[in-house]
Amino acid sequence: MKINRNLKLLFYCLIFYIIIFLMNRYNIINDYILHIINLSLVYVILTVSLNLINGFTGQFSIGHMGFAAVGAYISGIFTTLIWKINPSNPINYLLFFIALIIGSIAAGIIGFLLGLPTLRLRGDYLAIVTLGFGEIIRTIINNIDYVGGPRGLLGIPKFSNFTIIFIITIISVLVIRNIVFSTHGRAFKSIREDQIASELVGVNTTIYKVYAFTIGAFFAGLAGGLLCHLLQIAHPTQYGFMGTIFVLVMVYAGGMGSITGSIIAAFGLTFMSEGLRLLLKWIDDLTPNFPVGIEWRMVIYAALLIMIMLYRTEGLMGKREFKILIPEEEEK
Amino acid sequence: MDKIFNLQQLINGIQLGSIYALIALGYTMVYGIVRLINFAHGDFFMIGAYASYFIILFATMRGYHIPVVLIFLISMGAGAGAAVLANRIAYKPLRYKPRLSALITAIGVSMFIEYIFSALPVIGPSYRSFPNEQFIESKIFTIGTTTISNYAIIDVLVSAALMIFLTYLVKFTRVGMAMRAVSQDKDAAKLMGIDIEKIITITFIVGGAFAGAAGLLTGVSYPRIFPYMGILPGLKAFIAAVLGGIGNIPGAMLGSYIMGISETFATSYRSLLGEGIAFAILILVLLFRPQGLLGETIAEKV
Repeated sequence: MKINRNLKLLFYCLIFYIIIFLMNRYNIINDYILHIINLSLVYVILTVSLNLINGFTGQFSIGHMGFAAVGAYISGIFTTLIWKINPSNPINYLLFFIALIIGSIAAGIIGFLLGLPTLRLRGDYLAIVTLGFGEIIRTIINNIDYVGGPRGLLGIPKFSNFTIIFIITIISVLVIRNIVFSTHGRAFKSIREDQIASELVGVNTTIYKVYAFTIGAFFAGLAGGLLCHLLQIAHPTQYGFMGTIFVLVMVYAGGMGSITGSIIAAFGLTFMSEGLRLLLKWIDDLTPNFPVGIEWRMVIYAALLIMIMLYRTEGLMGKREFKILIPEEEEK
Repeated sequence: MDKIFNLQQLINGIQLGSIYALIALGYTMVYGIVRLINFAHGDFFMIGAYASYFIILFATMRGYHIPVVLIFLISMGAGAGAAVLANRIAYKPLRYKPRLSALITAIGVSMFIEYIFSALPVIGPSYRSFPNEQFIESKIFTIGTTTISNYAIIDVLVSAALMIFLTYLVKFTRVGMAMRAVSQDKDAAKLMGIDIEKIITITFIVGGAFAGAAGLLTGVSYPRIFPYMGILPGLKAFIAAVLGGIGNIPGAMLGSYIMGISETFATSYRSLLGEGIAFAILILVLLFRPQGLLGETIAEKV
């Protein structure tokens, strides 16, 4: 009997979920590792959504965390400051979802408004505008006292648990995958390969670019909302340029235009980042005369980015996918 | 009205603008020749500031007297050296790959320099105060209610001198002619016997040296240095270059002065506005005149 590949994919996800859940239940993996897994899953959403813009559509956005900030702060404002809900009552999860959706839609709208005028620009200029956008968002947040300004938004209830993050991640990845392998996805890829040629065959490049940008921003907002309800704080520095670089490294390490690569890179680099933290701590204890600061982590990150670009420009997976992520119809 | 338009802010703006101009020129030259936004340019500026910081510190500690010109040359050399190294290691291998990969590498180089500076124990991530009094003693001239420090005068004069030198270099020398040729058409320039890599290296040297000089001037006029000091001035200078028309040298100067003046006026009006005005200007320019004030439109070739 032939089993539908999508069902198979969902089945694997379910197994992964049950394994992690049971391992945590019986203390084989502790809450710290579970937390890193949660973070990785949030990074999966961020990376895949940035990949939709940078990898599949061939634009160059480096303000992705700005959208995440919009999602995080808006959903955080609703749950923390307006409704003041907490996870003890199951009904509140419904409100949390509503807040998440509102945050994501707000991020999507901002992405649309930003994309409409700026996506006529090419590569470099777009990079600078999106970078500027990220900085503007950060400056604005820093100056609004209602959301805590530079102190950050504190006391956000912890709604994001493993189950919720896992389900939302699966849905987000599947939605983006379906977009990528649809007619629209072909339009995105044609813009990436050659904008002029795709314009000549009748692809409305501006509309498709704005479309990709809006979807990417929407999911970034979703991830931001999840992130702040996981860490229980939203802080302007989290969403600065460095935050975007983290995600950017994941996209390029995994491969521009590969969802599989993004997922692997998000997990790998999040774990590597935490591992480096422990390693540096260990080295620091070993050499008391030579303090080894946490900055070395970022030095290694930067060196990694340069190395990837110099020696493996296409990233880990290139444009390839694992078979399980490709829809069956696409193969014929 | 009086609060917004006064002579003092204009002078501060021109001072800030001349520092931006030195950085912006490096951006615009590198962009004109290799079509790369060199994100690490702001960090060459930071390296220049740190080089002069350590030299002045060293000199005062040992009681030497190092001439001002020599300190200038050292910080310019440090900036130029960093630029050449970055070009050699990171940008050259990617010259004929897609342009975006060079851009990402530039971001990586910028991050690398910033974090290695803040990770090294001798430098560290903390703010340091620049020994500007040991460099040149400050004097303040008062005209009516307006004050001008000699640092402001030094900033404006040095950057004007360097800009005149650059204009001479680009307009009237063989190297400058080669630079213009490479920026117009790389392949044709190569066929005319121009060593492109040499010209690119020279461009990086000049751009890096200007950034280093700007670093020293910034240290002297705004005496506080730290490893991330290059990020924002670098971005603003880049925006100034875009405003003037990227790849266009007079445009970069004009854009920088506009940028510096509008920033000081906006800051004096409201500090939040000062931070955001650069990006607001950028978005407006890109919307209404993407080629910049003095840039020319180039038709797209297929």
